[in-house]
Amino acid sequence: MMGFLVSVVSALFFPGIILRVKSIASGRKGPGILQPWKNIAVLLRKASVFSPVTGIIFRIAPAVYLATILCSMLLLPFPGMGSFLGFEGDFVLFAYLLALGKFLFILGALDTGSSFEGMGANREALYSMLAEPAFFILFGTLALLTGHTSMQDIFSSFRFAGDSSFIIGAIAVYLLIQIAMIENSRMPVDDPKTHLELTMIHEVMILDHSGFDLALIHIGTTLKFCLYGMLIACFVVPPSLTMSFGGGAVNPVLMRFLQVGICLGIQGVFAAMIGLLESFRARKKMVRNPQFIATLSSIALVAFFLALLLTFNLMAP
Amino acid sequence: MDPILFSAPALLSLFILVAPSRIRYGYTVFITLLAIGVTSIPAILVFADPALQPEVITIGGFAGTLSFTIDSLSAFFILVTNFTAFTGLIYARGYLASYRSTKSSAVFALHYFSYCWLHLSMLGVLMLRDGMAFLIAWELMAVSSFLLILFEAEKRTTLKTAVNYLVQMHVGLALLVAGFLIAEDGTGVFGFDSLPAWFSHHSNLLLFLLFFAGFAIKAGFIPFHTWLPHAHPAAPSHVSGVMSGVMIKMGIFGIIRVLICVQSDLLTIGWVLLGISALSGLLGVMMAIVQHDLKKLLAYHSIENIGIIGMGLGLGAMGLGMHNPVLALLGFAGGLLHVLNHSLFKSLLFFSAGSVYRACHTLDIEKLGGLNRRMPHTAGLFLVGSMAICGLPPLNGFISEVLIYTGLFKGLNAGSAYQALTFILAVISLALIGGLAIFCFTKAFGVVFQGVARTDAVSAAKEATPGMLLPQYLAAGLMLAIGLLPMLFLEPILRLVSFLFHLDPGPELPVIAHTLSRISLAGFLLLLVTGVILLVRRAVSGPGKVMEGPTWGCGYTAGTPRHQYTASSWAAGFGELARPVLGGKTEYEQIGEEEIFPRRRSFAFHPADVFHDALDRITAFSMTVLKRIARLQTGYIQHYILYAFVFILFIFILLFLKIL
Repeated sequence: MMGFLVSVVSALFFPGIILRVKSIASGRKGPGILQPWKNIAVLLRKASVFSPVTGIIFRIAPAVYLATILCSMLLLPFPGMGSFLGFEGDFVLFAYLLALGKFLFILGALDTGSSFEGMGANREALYSMLAEPAFFILFGTLALLTGHTSMQDIFSSFRFAGDSSFIIGAIAVYLLIQIAMIENSRMPVDDPKTHLELTMIHEVMILDHSGFDLALIHIGTTLKFCLYGMLIACFVVPPSLTMSFGGGAVNPVLMRFLQVGICLGIQGVFAAMIGLLESFRARKKMVRNPQFIATLSSIALVAFFLALLLTFNLMAP
Repeated sequence: MDPILFSAPALLSLFILVAPSRIRYGYTVFITLLAIGVTSIPAILVFADPALQPEVITIGGFAGTLSFTIDSLSAFFILVTNFTAFTGLIYARGYLASYRSTKSSAVFALHYFSYCWLHLSMLGVLMLRDGMAFLIAWELMAVSSFLLILFEAEKRTTLKTAVNYLVQMHVGLALLVAGFLIAEDGTGVFGFDSLPAWFSHHSNLLLFLLFFAGFAIKAGFIPFHTWLPHAHPAAPSHVSGVMSGVMIKMGIFGIIRVLICVQSDLLTIGWVLLGISALSGLLGVMMAIVQHDLKKLLAYHSIENIGIIGMGLGLGAMGLGMHNPVLALLGFAGGLLHVLNHSLFKSLLFFSAGSVYRACHTLDIEKLGGLNRRMPHTAGLFLVGSMAICGLPPLNGFISEVLIYTGLFKGLNAGSAYQALTFILAVISLALIGGLAIFCFTKAFGVVFQGVARTDAVSAAKEATPGMLLPQYLAAGLMLAIGLLPMLFLEPILRLVSFLFHLDPGPELPVIAHTLSRISLAGFLLLLVTGVILLVRRAVSGPGKVMEGPTWGCGYTAGTPRHQYTASSWAAGFGELARPVLGGKTEYEQIGEEEIFPRRRSFAFHPADVFHDALDRITAFSMTVLKRIARLQTGYIQHYILYAFVFILFIFILLFLKIL
């Protein structure tokens, strides 16, 4: 449950940090940290406009989208603690819940009958299909290395799986960052600031959403970032912190607070990094995207081979 | 069970042919219900407790006796078969109603009779152990489904497809006969009962592969699938639903039946199964994406799902070979549950596709669109079916896939490095299959049911009759029940699997139970959270807060329905990526540089199936060879006598030279 709470708390400042970093990088002062949430609050009170072409799926898609993200957040572990829903094979449910949200989100875009939204939906479907294997290979690697198949067990025993596990950890963090960027339709696959409908992916899919529904989508997208940030934090933060101060061990409750603090810090760094990446990186050409995303799977496979070498001692003479 | 009552459906079914058309349908329903009753009651008893002695019903006749054995494996398949055969028959009435004016009464009589016998022969396949009786039932199944496909025989393609189907089924039959004959040699028994004794003395792999090839033609594994994408669309929709939902599962049943008896080479067998299945799954769904005929798209998805089932079986066999009961349990249970799941959502999808065909008289996706307003029930049902076939929670497809996934992940460090590599490749395949299925069904649902109608055919569409919707709602209800309360359905399946393969589930059962209880909790939570969000939205959006306006047109609002995103454009990006594997032909003339005012031109994409083309080439080659040999058939009796004389002379020379 702790993973869920920490992610929700970090979602409060996450989009604000991205925005602020991007502003500073482009030479502006930028809005306050909480401005994105203020915008969402305004949207929540606004009226909605629906196209007469749309049906019920368009109306429920944003709610399902947010619900799937909230439910998959319940599967998030916290370093040294279990998750609310964890079980053996929970990352499969995690991935498929997110896929369900995306499935209805895509259908919501197609419901409008707009060719632009169809185009965006098509790209979203294609890219997330290509990104799926990378996530599964990554967790296959971790399962191989640790011998566990639930996220909480994987993360609690990951660090003790061998001296070289930090290499795999580094690859995993890199992959998670890239997957998070793709899943949230950010650079280098998609540019949220683009101005032309033809070149949009995520933004064009939500063109027809307004008011409350648009707010739901914005909340969902923010939470999705924090979801991946929390997974990254699980790689970095040790499951149990011990510290001695003046001869006696520090109160374990205090250490828990320290862990929470580090996790929040990592989320902040993650957000700042996204801001920097988006400021200094150009978007790839649309036709190059599939190749780029497929590369992630190959990188994940490299990690898997490394784990294979370590686990089965294939290098031993 | 009383033998007379048990054989009653088969005998009474003959009256369908002569029954007056007024009562024909009702009578067919009665026969089907009778058959369901007499097989389901013993099946439920055996299924509830696999350790129970198999129920044997012996029928004596003028030509010896027939004994029907219902053991736990047949019991499971009997229950699956009965459900879909029943829903299909209910659906058939509404679907066939429009043909009543164009087709003669005899055609209907033959159709219902064949339907009845397809059901009965499938039950026979499941219960008969003796080789000859089994093969006769197998043959009856092929012939009755052949007659069912021929319902619209006036279409030229239907006839060609049906004959192609019949020929391929007999290739499969020949392989099975060969398998049984080999097993008879040395054991003296012609039938499944000979297999344990034979396998204990011989190398297992080759005979298994022979049986596998025979059953795989029925099941539709790639590269044995070439009949399937043609036969399913050609048949009427209730028949497609039954064929895809349960008939091809008879192949799976046969494979499991043989697999139970296998005693060695299990690792290799599992490896082969896993490989062929992953290939079937991947290629099946990839080919499905580029199809623009709704039923053909669904047919290719049958191949994909057979692949998923096969991956479960392959994982199970590898688990057996590795002496790892956990893998075996998860693999076989996932595979068997997917048999049930696929029978439910695939029949549902074929039925909805049939309703679309009846309402719009076309299955070309490009001509449809916006059907969700005209046919809301069908749209909703198709959506549920799509979500289930993509393996999305909280529906049934997810449960079977999660079992197979968990097994594959657990297998990663259960054996050697090579096995780990095999399993991770299987995981990649399964993940890709899932993603591609989502890609395919967002296209199918989005283009057919959403947006605006593309042609006039759609604007006159009417919702299907309640009789056609009822079977679909039954299937959807069951799918949701499996998705939300999986343990209820999985517990007997786990018991069945551990009994069949002599596994000791021991400490693994509570772990699986825990997994499933958490999944069902997540499913309920998902529904709850969605409900709460929707309620909040309703509370917030009071009067005056909802307005109507046109779809955002990006500055150009004079678009016509034909400007919507099409299925071709949806598949184009993917088709470009997959071209090296899939092939396919695009018909389009590029606009030349000096062509200032482009002429009117058309675009067409023809998806290809490399295996089908290869088969065509083989048949074409053998046709040319056989045509040359056919010159011997001169029609003159003198020549035939000459052939006989030459033959006798040949034998004589061989004898003389002491070769023979």
